[in-house]
Formats: sequence, structure tokens, C-alpha cells
Amino acid sequence: MEDTKPQLLKVTIDGIDVEVEPGTTILQAARKIGPAVAPPAMCYYEPLKGSGGKCRACLVRVAAGSAKDPRPMPKLVASCLTAVQDGMIVENETNPQVIEARNGIVEFLLLNHPLDCPVCDQAGECDLQNFAFDHGKATTRYEEDRRTFEKQDIGPYIQLHMTRCILCYRCVYTADQITNKRVHGVLGRGDASEIGTYIEKAIDNDFSGNVIDVCPVGALTDKTYRFKNRVWFTKPVDAHRNCPTCSGKVTLWYRGEEVIRVTARKNEWNEVTEFICNTCRFDTKKTSDWSIEGPTKISRSSVISANKYRADTIKPSFGQRLAAAEYKEVPDERDTSQLGIKPLPPERFAKTLPSAMAPEP
Amino acid sequence: MATKILTQYIDVPGIETFDVYRKQGGYTAVEKAIKTMTPEAIVEEVKKAGVRGRGGAGFPMGMKWSFLAKPEGVPRYLVCNADESEPGTFKDHYLMKNLPHLLIEGMIISSFALGANKSFIYVRGELMYVIRILEKAIAEAKAKGFLGKNILGSGYDLELIVQPGGGAYICGEETALLESLEGKRGNPRNKPPFPAVKGLYQCPTVVNNVESIATTTWIVHNGGDAYAAIGIGRSTGTKLISASGHINKPGVYEIDLGVPVEDFIYADEWCGGIRPGHKFKALVAGGSSVPILPANLALTLENGDKRLMTYESLSEGGFKTGTMLGSGGFIVFDETSCIVRNTWNFSRFYHHESCGQCSPCREGTGWMEKVLHRIEYGHGHQQDIDLLVDVASKIEGNTICPLGDAAAWPVASAIRHFREEFQWHIDNPTEATQPGAVYRGEMALV
Repeated sequence: MEDTKPQLLKVTIDGIDVEVEPGTTILQAARKIGPAVAPPAMCYYEPLKGSGGKCRACLVRVAAGSAKDPRPMPKLVASCLTAVQDGMIVENETNPQVIEARNGIVEFLLLNHPLDCPVCDQAGECDLQNFAFDHGKATTRYEEDRRTFEKQDIGPYIQLHMTRCILCYRCVYTADQITNKRVHGVLGRGDASEIGTYIEKAIDNDFSGNVIDVCPVGALTDKTYRFKNRVWFTKPVDAHRNCPTCSGKVTLWYRGEEVIRVTARKNEWNEVTEFICNTCRFDTKKTSDWSIEGPTKISRSSVISANKYRADTIKPSFGQRLAAAEYKEVPDERDTSQLGIKPLPPERFAKTLPSAMAPEP
Repeated sequence: MATKILTQYIDVPGIETFDVYRKQGGYTAVEKAIKTMTPEAIVEEVKKAGVRGRGGAGFPMGMKWSFLAKPEGVPRYLVCNADESEPGTFKDHYLMKNLPHLLIEGMIISSFALGANKSFIYVRGELMYVIRILEKAIAEAKAKGFLGKNILGSGYDLELIVQPGGGAYICGEETALLESLEGKRGNPRNKPPFPAVKGLYQCPTVVNNVESIATTTWIVHNGGDAYAAIGIGRSTGTKLISASGHINKPGVYEIDLGVPVEDFIYADEWCGGIRPGHKFKALVAGGSSVPILPANLALTLENGDKRLMTYESLSEGGFKTGTMLGSGGFIVFDETSCIVRNTWNFSRFYHHESCGQCSPCREGTGWMEKVLHRIEYGHGHQQDIDLLVDVASKIEGNTICPLGDAAAWPVASAIRHFREEFQWHIDNPTEATQPGAVYRGEMALV
């Protein structure tokens, strides 16, 4: 009965079974199934050790702990940190308690967020925008002044806009794990905590630019790209070059013939696959410096593809929810009998909306 | 009837010095433990005693000790949590200030039982003078051979280190305490792994409250069964209660668990009743984070029985009509206290002390404080009460550590039991903001 292969664990997430290796977290298991059931993650970042557990956006309910001990877990758990057990049953979007908690998290995160998306460089590739689009409300119940911070100068390449920060700690872990010396960190406590360097020390490191890529919001932006364009007007192209310090594999963002931004390549979960150096990112902006590989595949949470909203960025469930919640019978007093138009019955509306949003063949 | 387990010799003059403490039978428990008992036997006695953690959560101490992982070649640590900062709780401060050697004796016994060769006492930074008392006591114990290398010739070494904290409430949470002790920012860790597996410097660690550790001295002397004979049911032994508020005799009292709340408030032995000419309005039974109860629910259970000072009886009825024993911070309010102002005050504390790591607590505590502030200062809206309930429910249970719950419970319970008072503040802002104005409507005063 000796089995050298690790036993695969069976997990059920929102009614879908998946088999994963021991040690996998619920979030990773859900991502294996696909975007439809993957919980949102604002602070968890797979390449960074120790990240996660802070934003609480990925809370899920464990309806059965394991096959051996099928008791449910008493509280919602952070799916990014909870390891799966064999026979675990997880409820994500199917549980109203989870949805309620997530709605709460969006509201909390947006309390002190400036909502300056129209002028924010991150807009269009912002995790918080996506999260708010899925779980947020159109209005706020918060009346007080929002928290603001004095602007801090942290060097020539990176713009810190602390007011937008949601304190995910990703940039702190990045600096800890991929640079040799971290000079920025979290200062202060509670809702007065802020990301900063001690007495405005400049961040000067070959890999410091990666904090821009990991930032889920527009708190850390590229000074060489600031206010130059909107991401959905730019065209991403995969390229590489022979770089002595990093892998040199990047995404170039074109506006016409001009490279206006260079970033690391990201996977479908918006996570950097290989970190790049500052020379590649900030100083190499000529097409002649790069070997072009081809257009970047854009999937999920992106408005960049084809410069318009792609249908599959919207979950079908969202359309159904919207249709169910927003549909109202509007009394129409006009006499349309002579025009030969029949009003669309509600169930027809609910059915056509998601299919109308489906990707074109 | 009250057994004095911890405070028996507290009034002896000079008890904080080694010689006087030794004369009262001090350190004989260490001698007994190290010379005649095995570590396993001590753990067994503590388990039998059924001591529940005195820091607030009430988790059985013996069980915590038996969860400690014991991998080969890895040091184990015992950390004493003396970062007592819950508003309304001041028992550990009292114990350490008056009986430093009792804690040190308990630390030696507990460290021996757990196999720790380096133990820490993490004291909140504001108590600098207590830290000096403890350090002096440690030096005395070391000089007499009860600490350091080869204690009492047994071959067991123990180093005891007193570490001052920076004065943050959050560092009383065990994993934040460990982070702080390691020299990092006091942010609570995600659990699991629990400290019993990966604690201080990633080694197995037990974190216990001052009072819990101090009880081990008595347990070694008298046995776990004798300890378990005191108290009622699963609430065994005695508990230090820090009584404060509108009572005649505020102070720290050691009670047998199982004393009725009514007796504790009105008996001359303890609080001595509500201050003359006033009536009992509300009670916070276990430190500011536990749900507040109106007088009638504080004294009697739903079925008409007397409510007792035990873990079970106080939490009878869940959060609907119950509360918690918590850390024993017993705050009594009479009818001159404004619940809205008090709730705002508690909320302000949690807002100030939130570490800011996870979003519900960081943003939610501040929001609740602002809404309570505007109700208290006459700018409340009709929907604010429901808003507070909703925000509290979205914080509760969704945070990394219990600070989120601790911030949500006082608000949710104050609204549950004193909703009319909040409503009165919103409806009559001019009247409610007069200096000293208090809601005088219908309520259950005793």
C-alpha cells in the first residue's frame, strides 16, 4: 500500500469538485476551478511569502471542515491562508453571509479611499475597482471627512499617493523579499497607519519599481508614466531583452508607435510572474531595445483588450443578479397597440441580458 | 468563605522582598516541584485543577499546556502576558506590584513544567515602576539560587527576562505580543499556526496571563483536585476582580467563582453597594470589551435565578441577555451615567488601539467612533442606530484577532439594551447635549 505520490485532496467549492495537492489553500483550489468561483484577493499575492489575511476580502464559509470531521467552521475564514482538507465543502458566492461580509469589506475599504478613479493611473487595472464593481454599492453611508495624507517624496521613479492606499502590505513584502534592503514600511497605527520611508528617505534600489506592479490600487504609480494615458488606450505587447540584472521579460504598453510604459508580465490573477529591474522598467523605452514577442493575452479583470469592455470580464452571475434586482415593471401609459410592439416579459429580460453579454463567437 | 489563593499574604509588610516572602512559605512550591515532581505531573495537576485562562478568553490552561508541541532540539518558551490594558482591569498590576515573587515563583514552576529554559514577562510599558519591582525581585531570586543555572542543584536552568512593551493595547493579544517581543511591529498573526506550535521565534510557545501563572504555586502545594473543589462546575478556583465605577469600595477582590453578582456588588466584604443615594443602572462585567448589561439582566438570569460570577452563568443567554467574565474588569454604572457617552468612550479607545492591519477593524472602529461622537454631540440622524448595528455586525468575526469583536460587542450590546437612550439623544439634541444631561426615561434601575 506504499504510495509515493502525495494523496490528492478532494474539495468542493460552490458545488464544484476539484482535486488538489495537500497544503493548497482554499483560494488556490478555487483559482484552479476558474475565475467564476475564485474569491477576490486584495492583499494576497502568491509570489510573496507571508502575504494575505489582511484585507479579509477573500472570506469564505467552510460548511464542512473535512470528511473526517464534517463540522462547519464557526467563523468565516480567510481563504488565502486556510489549507484545504480532504472532503472540505466551501461556500463562496453561494453563501449570502459571505456576500454580506464582502459587501462590508468593500464599504470599509472605500470609506477612506478618495475615489479619484477619473484621474488615477491605476484605473482600468485596479483590483479595488474590480472588487467594488462586484460587491460595492453606488452610494456611501459615510459622512465624515475622508482621511488624507501629506504627499511624500520617495524618489525619482515612484509616486506614493498614500490617500489611495488600502494597506495590503504587498509593497512591504516585495521590498523585503526581492530587494536587499527595505527602506519603506508601515508607520503609525490603526487608521492613521501609512506607508512611508523614514524621514522621506528616497527608495533607491534596482528592483524597487516592482512595488508599482504589486500595488492593488493607485497608491504607488510610475512617475515616468504618470498622467500620460489611460490604460485602455494603450496596447500591451510582450517583449524581452538581454538584461544583466533581471529576466528581461516584460510587457510594453504602446500608444501609437511610442512605448509609454514598461511593466512586468502578469498572469490572469494580476500577479507578476517574473519581477523586473528598474533599468528595464524606467529607462528602456525604445522599441529598438526590445525583441517583440507578440500581443499580450489579456484575460479577466481588464478593460484593456481591444480598447473596450470585454464581455467575459463580467461574470454571468452579475448580469442575472442585476436583472433580478434592477428589473421593475414600468407602467407605460402610451398606447402602443397600433405600433405592434409587445413589451418584453421579465423572465425574457433576465435571460437575454447575460447572453447578450456573452463573448462574440 | 472566600479562599485566598493569590492574595493571602498581600497585606504582610515587606512582602515584595525575598526574605519576607520566603518567611511566609514562599518558594517552597518551587522546591516541591523541582525536587519531587516531574514536569508531566505538574501539567497533570494543572489540568485537574481546571484553571481557565484569566486574561479574558477563559481557555483551559492545562489544555493549552498539553497542546505545546515538543519537537527535539527546538527550544520552548513560556511568555507571561502582563500587558494588561483592558479598560477596567487592573488586577495584574496589583498582583505584580504587591507580590512580585508570587509571579516569579509561578513562572519558575510553569517553565519547569513546560521545559522552557528562557521565559519572558512582557509588561506594558506604562508600568515602569512595576518592571523595576520585578527586576529587583528576579535579582533576589537569582542570588538565592532559584533562578539561573542549575536551580536547587537539579540541573534545570531558567533565565527570566522582563520585557517592557510600548504601551499598545493590541500587544496584549498573544500573537501580537510575540511579534512585539521579537522586536517587530505589534501586529497579530494569522492563526493557525497557533503559538503552541509556532510562537516566539517560530518555536513552540505558551502565553499565559499573570494571574493564571500565579495560581500554579498554590496548585503545586495543594494539588489540582483541591483547586477544582473551589468554584462551580467548569469555573474552578478563585478569580481576581477589579471592581470600579459607582460603588462604595472600588478595588481588587479575590472571590471564589460562583459568588452571586448581587452579593458581589452589595456585600460589605466586596464592593459595598452602589454609592449612597443612587441606583444601579448597568454593568460591564469583564472589562470594556464584553457586552454591557442593564441592571436587571446583570443580577438575574432570564429564568429568575441569580446570576453568578462564573464563566458559564455570566454568558448565560448568549449575547442577547448575557455577557462574559472576560478579564474580570467589573465596572458598575449608576443612573447618572450616560450610556451613549460611555459607548463612545469605549469606541474611541478601540479606534485608537486598532493596529490597522486588517480592513474591517481599521476602518470600522473609526467609523463607529465618528457616528457615536455625532450622536453624543447632538448631530445624530435617525438611521444612525441601525448603521451602528450594521457596521458592528460587519466587523464582528471578520477580523484577524479578537480586537474587532471587542470593538463591536460594546456598541452592539449598548444598542441592544439601551436603544431608547440612543434614540433620545437623536430626538432631543439640545437637551441631550446640556452639561451633565442623562436620559431619565423608563429603564430598569435596581
